[in-house]
Amino acid sequence: MSFSVIYALLFYFATGLLVIGLGRKIVQYAKTPAPLKIPTTPAPTTKAGVVLRMAKEVVFFYSLFRSNKWIWVFGWMFHMALFLVLARHLRYFTEPVWWWVDLIQPFGKYAALAMIAGLLGLWARRIVVDRVRYISAPSDHLMLALLLGIGISGTLMSFVTHTDIVAVKAFFLGLMRFDIQPLPSDPILLIHLGLVAVLMIVFPFSKLLHVPGVFFSPTRNQVDNPREQRHLAPWAAELEAGSQQNTNS
Amino acid sequence: MADFETPKLKDYIEIPKVQEGVMAHSRPFESKEQFQVALGYPGELVDNWEEKAIEKMGDLLGKYRSFRVFLDSCVKCGACTDKCHYYLGTSDAKNMPVARQDLLRKVYRRYFTFAGKYFPKLVGAVDLTKEVLDEWYSYFHQCSQCRRCSVFCPYGIDTAEISMAAREIMDSVGLGQKYCNEIIMKAQTIGNNLGLPEPALADTLADLEEEVEDDTGVPVKYPLDQKGAEILMVTPSADFFAEPHIDGLIGYGKVFHEAGVSWTLSSKASEAANFGMFIGSYENMRKLALRIREAALELGVKRIVFGECGHAWRVAYSFLNTLAGPFDFLDPRYPVPQHICEFTWELIKEGKLRLNKEENDHMRLTFHDSCNVARASRMGDKPGGQFEIPRNIIKATCNHYFDMPIDTIHDATYCCGGGGGLLTDDLIELRVKGALPRMTALKQVVDEHGVTNMAAICAICKSQFTKVLPYYDFGMDMIVSVHQLVSNAIVLKGSIQEKELDGVEDEEETAAEATE
Repeated sequence: MSFSVIYALLFYFATGLLVIGLGRKIVQYAKTPAPLKIPTTPAPTTKAGVVLRMAKEVVFFYSLFRSNKWIWVFGWMFHMALFLVLARHLRYFTEPVWWWVDLIQPFGKYAALAMIAGLLGLWARRIVVDRVRYISAPSDHLMLALLLGIGISGTLMSFVTHTDIVAVKAFFLGLMRFDIQPLPSDPILLIHLGLVAVLMIVFPFSKLLHVPGVFFSPTRNQVDNPREQRHLAPWAAELEAGSQQNTNS
Repeated sequence: MADFETPKLKDYIEIPKVQEGVMAHSRPFESKEQFQVALGYPGELVDNWEEKAIEKMGDLLGKYRSFRVFLDSCVKCGACTDKCHYYLGTSDAKNMPVARQDLLRKVYRRYFTFAGKYFPKLVGAVDLTKEVLDEWYSYFHQCSQCRRCSVFCPYGIDTAEISMAAREIMDSVGLGQKYCNEIIMKAQTIGNNLGLPEPALADTLADLEEEVEDDTGVPVKYPLDQKGAEILMVTPSADFFAEPHIDGLIGYGKVFHEAGVSWTLSSKASEAANFGMFIGSYENMRKLALRIREAALELGVKRIVFGECGHAWRVAYSFLNTLAGPFDFLDPRYPVPQHICEFTWELIKEGKLRLNKEENDHMRLTFHDSCNVARASRMGDKPGGQFEIPRNIIKATCNHYFDMPIDTIHDATYCCGGGGGLLTDDLIELRVKGALPRMTALKQVVDEHGVTNMAAICAICKSQFTKVLPYYDFGMDMIVSVHQLVSNAIVLKGSIQEKELDGVEDEEETAAEATE
């Protein structure tokens, strides 16, 4: 029971931090003006074109594909697999389980292996390729370790040593109603959930900010129309007004 | 100045092993008090520079979304590590785009993020010390702001934005670069980067008129400060005297003459380049841009056209409307501003220029996409017009054209090695080494297709190549202006060339037309 309370509190804390931390960052990005038109060209000349460009980046990692096939293979595999795995985990938070979440269960299960393979590939590059080794900080290695820890502990529960997933589901459904239910005390489950909580906590303070960041990147999300439409940031407009007053007086 | 060895040209571009600190000695001359003060910066490094620099960083974080998002978003994936021409040419670890950004990012993390404040070692955060500042000065002046890294970054992180911010921070604490800041002062006071006063410009243009008339028999005008002209032509001041730039200027004049439009240069806005961008200073960039607006108003022109200049075209195309707009006093039927290549290509498409390609038959050409035209601007209506239109012009004026390898052109083009405020002799080692990827690609088409000349549409590229080509055993006159090719090929109405063609080769040409 004590585990259950500790983990319940941990997940409330982690969720709060994730939502508030990420929310604050998103608001900060949205509020910071982009005073100049700086899309990397050739760039779309319409908003619809920008949506398409962004979709190509977010779904297919298009720029990364152009850049380096190895990083792309590992990186894309990891992210897409992670996406499937996350979607698969929705079954712990929904009752009844949505039909499409049911549908992807087997795919999500094996995606976990692809996710681990992708992470190992990325880590290998970080160690083997001298350029990437040079730019890596301890936190870059730790982040991979953390994600691998989550992936491996989860996979072990899928394929090797099972836990009582009915109880796990009851625990999480309980959390959502502020009603703490008992959590199975299998060490592997506790490790898995503990690492997930750590990931949620570090998210808004780490390079995981690339997730909201990519959507706010001016080089990718701006429309290429500076000659047609005047683009003026509020602070630049103030500067303009100020200097006009000076010349008038 | 340290001696250095010019890198050996190989058959392909090789990614070097990382070496630490091999370019740490590369530093441009520091600015002088008079230039600093003229631009609104402290004359020398202020006493509390650390505090002021962090304050400025905070200011920029609030003003530029790019700066903030780019500092937060990098995941150190390594995609950019082999994309910078300065890394490829020098193998210095800190010339990898991400490592260059990290010089600033590690300070950002220390002062502005939770992780950096409480776990600096874990995330590689450091205090801003004199050593760090020195590294900034060295390595943020080894970035030509060419944006190649940004093309290949999964988040579009643009090191140019970071190096502009770094230079702005350094300027704001009194540590400026002489080359850029002296030039900005000259452009703001005299009207152009070279400090050429109105009489010198007028003399040069009078000489040009004489030369062109001798050559063609046609009185082509190169007007200066002519009120009521339809077009204001803004061109880099190098076009007034440097080779091969001036041959481009001759070409612009011939095109305008043949188009039958009145045009003028302005002594007040006798500079297309805007070095305010290089130092990341919105205010200084705006002051320079406003000179163009003022000149357009004073001269009462209807259109603004820019000459061949890469970073200038970026500021013109992408920023001019923002900095000095709105241009509602100009003719709304034309984009503001237009590129001379857009102007010339329109005429060619409409069949209004008679071009004799054979005049360029002594050359086999390739085209160097200038970085800021390629990755920070556009020509024409469609994305990618900046690649097509100059090539179309070359193909319309020359019989022999060959592209360099595809991964070295268009938006993957390599910088000439002298952009972004680095075109100064105190950085010659960097410039020579940074040209390595472009020289390698050039060698490929020289070997494969017998290319003899490379055309460009940027004053910096032209000056840089003139200087560095000989280091790689190419001729310095290998670099030509695109409008030089137009100038060679154009057959002006009533010219000596027209008479020669129609008089002597009349029959041949009719025969050729009949077979087509």
